[in-house]
Amino acid sequence: MSEVQVNDDGGKKKGRQKKQVLRVDFTPMVDMNMLLITFFMFSTTLLKPQVMNISMPSKEKAEEGSGTEFRASTALTILLGDENDIYYYEGMPTEADWNDTAYLKRTTYNEDGIRAVLMKKNDGTYQKIQELKEKRSKGTISEQFFTEKVTEIQTEANKNLKIAPNVLIKPTDNSSYKNMVDALDEMLVCNIGFYQIGELTDGDRYLLYLKSNKTKPDYLTDAQKKDLGIN
Amino acid sequence: MGKVKVKKQSTFIDMTAMSDVTVLLLTFFMLTSTFMQKEPITVNTPASVSEVKVPETNSVTILVDKDGKIFLAMDNPAELQRTTEAVAAHYNVTFTPAQQNAIRKLTSFGVPIRDLPAYLDKTVEKQDAYVQEQLKIPNNPRIGIPNGGSENITGDDATAANKIDPNNEFKVWIESATKGKAIGEVKLAIKADKTTDYKVVKKVISDLRDLRKNEYLLVTNLRTASSD
Repeated sequence: MSEVQVNDDGGKKKGRQKKQVLRVDFTPMVDMNMLLITFFMFSTTLLKPQVMNISMPSKEKAEEGSGTEFRASTALTILLGDENDIYYYEGMPTEADWNDTAYLKRTTYNEDGIRAVLMKKNDGTYQKIQELKEKRSKGTISEQFFTEKVTEIQTEANKNLKIAPNVLIKPTDNSSYKNMVDALDEMLVCNIGFYQIGELTDGDRYLLYLKSNKTKPDYLTDAQKKDLGIN
Repeated sequence: MGKVKVKKQSTFIDMTAMSDVTVLLLTFFMLTSTFMQKEPITVNTPASVSEVKVPETNSVTILVDKDGKIFLAMDNPAELQRTTEAVAAHYNVTFTPAQQNAIRKLTSFGVPIRDLPAYLDKTVEKQDAYVQEQLKIPNNPRIGIPNGGSENITGDDATAANKIDPNNEFKVWIESATKGKAIGEVKLAIKADKTTDYKVVKKVISDLRDLRKNEYLLVTNLRTASSD
């Protein structure tokens, strides 16, 4: 292939044709190309990082009755503590709950931890959305149809059936960013439609403090520490 | 004794086909590659199952390292220059023409605006060295975009511009980067280290919410079985 046959019958010489074979050695060329390929392979980022969309509520106060309130009956509050601790409670705590150490339940980030809790709560919509997800991956429904349908199911479940939980994620100051992303990730995995990142209330702080057998006053605010007489 | 005749055989291997293949591969890699953005700080993002990819254009990446130092990266050099000049004008900082050219070459940066002209005078290697050196000093106010100041400048009638605290350059940067843009035109991506304390991220988000920026992208990497 790399041979070029040159018919050298350059006019002047008469007689026998002289055949010359011209061979080009491509080995250095291949060497150089391989080097360049290696360079591009290492410097390229074929795998782009993923992103997670989140929307935070606006800081302006929402008007009452605008449909953005959380419903206490289906609320599930997840508290992210330090050292990868995770706790949750259902509904809104009443007076009697404040001193009940069992009210706040401790769980884990594992599959049989918080995910099991969420799955149980979101059973009605989880199955429906999972079916849609399967259809989407098979390509029988379009992305747009999928998004519309999911929103429809989630809104329906939230408004009429009251079976889908409203999840409130409340990370404490010393929980890590990974904890927050993990919690948000569980929302995606469990197809939770309505969730929000919120601020810890004084009550939440007290519950966490109580749950740690009063060993972690860091959960409390300065004012609370003063009230309880801890320095 | 009869001599054994060794038949001369050519060991020449034709490399043309091989060369064809390598050139093809090379072309493929050259066309598909997007170079890794150099980042002054290493940020290990947490994993998630989200399948949404990073947007191609017009994004402002907010890098937050373990200690809460903020760095900014913008993918559009023209926007970066416009934003930098707006921020500089806000703080009465001026650039020489050479420095203005250097702005476009910045990948990600995190120095207070007053230090920026001096920072731009350095070569790229010197800039890196400077950042590394400054990062070694704990609680160093001269590295990272300052985002201090009070969070309490609020009020329903206060406009976003009025809320800006002079000590909070971060807000000025974001405000300048999104000024005159439609909502959602500029995507704000938060790229924080997984060990970053939530309070640091909360401060960043709180500042953004003050500016009525309520939608963000959290940069994560894909969750695989091993990263669980």
